[in-house]
Amino acid sequence: MHPILKLVVQRIALGLLLLWAVSLLIFLGTEALPGDVAQAILGQSATPEALANLRETLGLNRSPVVRYFDWLGGILTGDFGVALTNGQDIGQAIGQRLGNTLFLAACAAVISVPLAILLGLVAARYNGRWPDKVISGVTLSTISLPEFVAAYFVIFLLTQVFPIFQPVAMVFPGMGFWERLQAVALPVIVLVLVVLAHMMRMTRAAILNVMQSAYIETAELKGLSPMRVIWQHAFPNAIAPIVSVVVLNLAYLVVGVVVVEVVFSYNALGQYLVDHVAKRDLPVVQAVGLIFAAVYIGLNILADVIAIISNPRLRHPK
Amino acid sequence: MNSEFDHLLKRAARGLMSRREFVGRASALGISAAMANTLLASVARAQEPVKGGVLRAGMAGGESTNSLDPALAASEVPFMVNMTWGEMLVDVNAKGEIDYRIAEEISANADATEWKFKIRAGVEFHDGKTVTAEDVVATLKRHTDEKSQSGALGIVQGISDMKAEGDMVTLTLASGNADLPFLMADYHLVIQPGGGVDNPAAGIGAGPYKVVANEPGVRHVFERHANYFDSSMGHADQVEILVINDNTARTAALQAGQVHMINRVDPKIIELLKGVPGISIEHVAGRGHYVFIMHCDKAPFDNKDLRNALKLAINRQEMVDKILGGYGSRGNDFPINAAYPLFDDSIPQREYDAAAAAELYKASGHDGSPIILRTAPGAFPGAVEAAQLFQQSAAAAGIPLEVKVEPDDGYWSNVWNVEPFCASYWGGRPVQDQMYSTAYLSTADWNDTKFKNARFDELLIAARAELDQVKRKAMYTEMANILRDEGGLICPMFNDFVEAKREEVGGWAPDPNGELMNGRALAKCWLNA
Repeated sequence: MHPILKLVVQRIALGLLLLWAVSLLIFLGTEALPGDVAQAILGQSATPEALANLRETLGLNRSPVVRYFDWLGGILTGDFGVALTNGQDIGQAIGQRLGNTLFLAACAAVISVPLAILLGLVAARYNGRWPDKVISGVTLSTISLPEFVAAYFVIFLLTQVFPIFQPVAMVFPGMGFWERLQAVALPVIVLVLVVLAHMMRMTRAAILNVMQSAYIETAELKGLSPMRVIWQHAFPNAIAPIVSVVVLNLAYLVVGVVVVEVVFSYNALGQYLVDHVAKRDLPVVQAVGLIFAAVYIGLNILADVIAIISNPRLRHPK
Repeated sequence: MNSEFDHLLKRAARGLMSRREFVGRASALGISAAMANTLLASVARAQEPVKGGVLRAGMAGGESTNSLDPALAASEVPFMVNMTWGEMLVDVNAKGEIDYRIAEEISANADATEWKFKIRAGVEFHDGKTVTAEDVVATLKRHTDEKSQSGALGIVQGISDMKAEGDMVTLTLASGNADLPFLMADYHLVIQPGGGVDNPAAGIGAGPYKVVANEPGVRHVFERHANYFDSSMGHADQVEILVINDNTARTAALQAGQVHMINRVDPKIIELLKGVPGISIEHVAGRGHYVFIMHCDKAPFDNKDLRNALKLAINRQEMVDKILGGYGSRGNDFPINAAYPLFDDSIPQREYDAAAAAELYKASGHDGSPIILRTAPGAFPGAVEAAQLFQQSAAAAGIPLEVKVEPDDGYWSNVWNVEPFCASYWGGRPVQDQMYSTAYLSTADWNDTKFKNARFDELLIAARAELDQVKRKAMYTEMANILRDEGGLICPMFNDFVEAKREEVGGWAPDPNGELMNGRALAKCWLNA
């Protein structure tokens, strides 16, 4: 077997193992909470009789092992069960919300990733000179703003001073693609501001690191232009660290943007999770937790694989 | 045109000022009578309902856990949703009187134990079926079932027998209750076909709008119910509720015109929002109140002198000014204000009196250790600041309060009704009996001050069945005095409902019964072109 293929398969197997461990942790964690689901549903009005009835209907009388595999089996076959609070099908609700989450993350990524890398390259090219300082200064200040402050600032600027966009970013089924883009414009701007600096700085640092190598000096002595040196010779060798930080930011865009979702009333997965945590709706919390873990693990595997592939020593084994 | 005149014009058009008075005041501003009359006529025309359009409300208080089952409604958005698609037997109107809805006639026997509701003929559900007396009985029955987890369980529990005969519903009560019609206006008691037993969350009712899209925590979309029985409601073709829990985003959405009205305007920004053209602040004194509650059965609050020392040590006017931004009124340590029928305004207002508080505190023999007051940002808006103000004013009277800020998460299950002294709020109830029965009767589940007073209980039960309003009022006065002087409730303020709307919204009328015109703003308002 080709060593790359072997490594990739190993990583994926490891990821699946990790995901299984996470599912166990989530299940055990919710089991360990004081009280059980029946008590969470009935709350203050719980009478022993009602509790017994509800445990019976929910199948809570069975052993935890049986329930765990039941739950896992359900998820593997796409059945997440129903929310305790309003009886809605979790799979359906998550499907729509996950779509919205991915749409927002994709919009932000499509703008921020190329922009960050480009800015990083430019900053490395003019290392220590004014373009570098301006780029670093601006991106570091936007990352230093808490998300909600950046969000309020953008709302104020782009809906009140210059009324270009709508402050509430809800999207609905039946909305056209262009309408959706307009709706999410503000949260996308905020997310781009938040993730730009991290990726830009990593690109710059990785390139500058490679620039110390002897072969770069050779390239320069050959008389190549600085941008060409960076693009053709330095960048390919800096891909691994850049990709890992890009992917980390992508994972953040999917699982970590609940504050931005709340400020713009964007109906995605984070807000859905928070609402259900507040009501102790455990099946939903478990399902969303597992999805977030899967996204995180999946993207990290992807980063590993890209890093492996981008490494010539692994690509061309002796 | 100057703003003074604009203001006069608006008041006159709304009927708050007579035409004669308007013309007189206008001429004082140098405007001729003919001109004034013409302007008034044009504004009054603008007050005619306009049909059509999409009317949107941006609201705080909705979660993705909300259900369309009217029995489960507990926060602001589900309340508004119920009031938009649902219809009850009766409504309580802005004057505190009964408006007949699905019931068109109500009568009671002499001791208020048997009530007859005549069902209006030809009222249609959204699915085309006609509302019958059987539907009404089935609905009420569903709410009496513990499994329905209805928020109105406490209301319907007292009904011992329900009967449907022809177009007449007869309810028999275990003990007399003169307020029963008011209780039937509860927003959980939406009449559903077959009582909604098969599918309580179907969203089929007899209200002015039909549910089109139900996305809990995001938005609720409705279209006009063409066969609605009352032409004074249902002007817009489509109405929508957008759930916008963030204060800033909600306000921005109103300013940007994305929504036409919002609830819960943050007191801190009222003054700023007032200056925005095209937006008006609407506020009305409601029955909601912000409170600090002491458990009368736990030390040190089992000491009446200490309780009263704390009541004297709170500066109510300061709270109204600083916490409510002036949009509210002072409380008097019983949960009733002028928005309730049979309120007695002659009960003296308790004032801040540090000297008297210090004296009572000494008399209580308290050991001087810090008294812990628990609060949380979500206990009521400004609850942490209010507790700190209380701490300051109490310190001036030599009473050591220690403010402990608890997390919002779990506050209502771990702190409220558990810890002996904490901040809380009440939304109020339509009638005094219901408010007292919910939280101050010895045996009430939500007796969050652990107040047990035999005379109070006796009066409460007697007043409930008393149809003579003069005697009834006297009983409520005595109860208010007992609670004010003996109880564990410190009620510094009643909060106004503060809302905002855009100028193109017509038909707005303040209603003290609940937020956004008692949840009917979308049904009663229209969009001026």
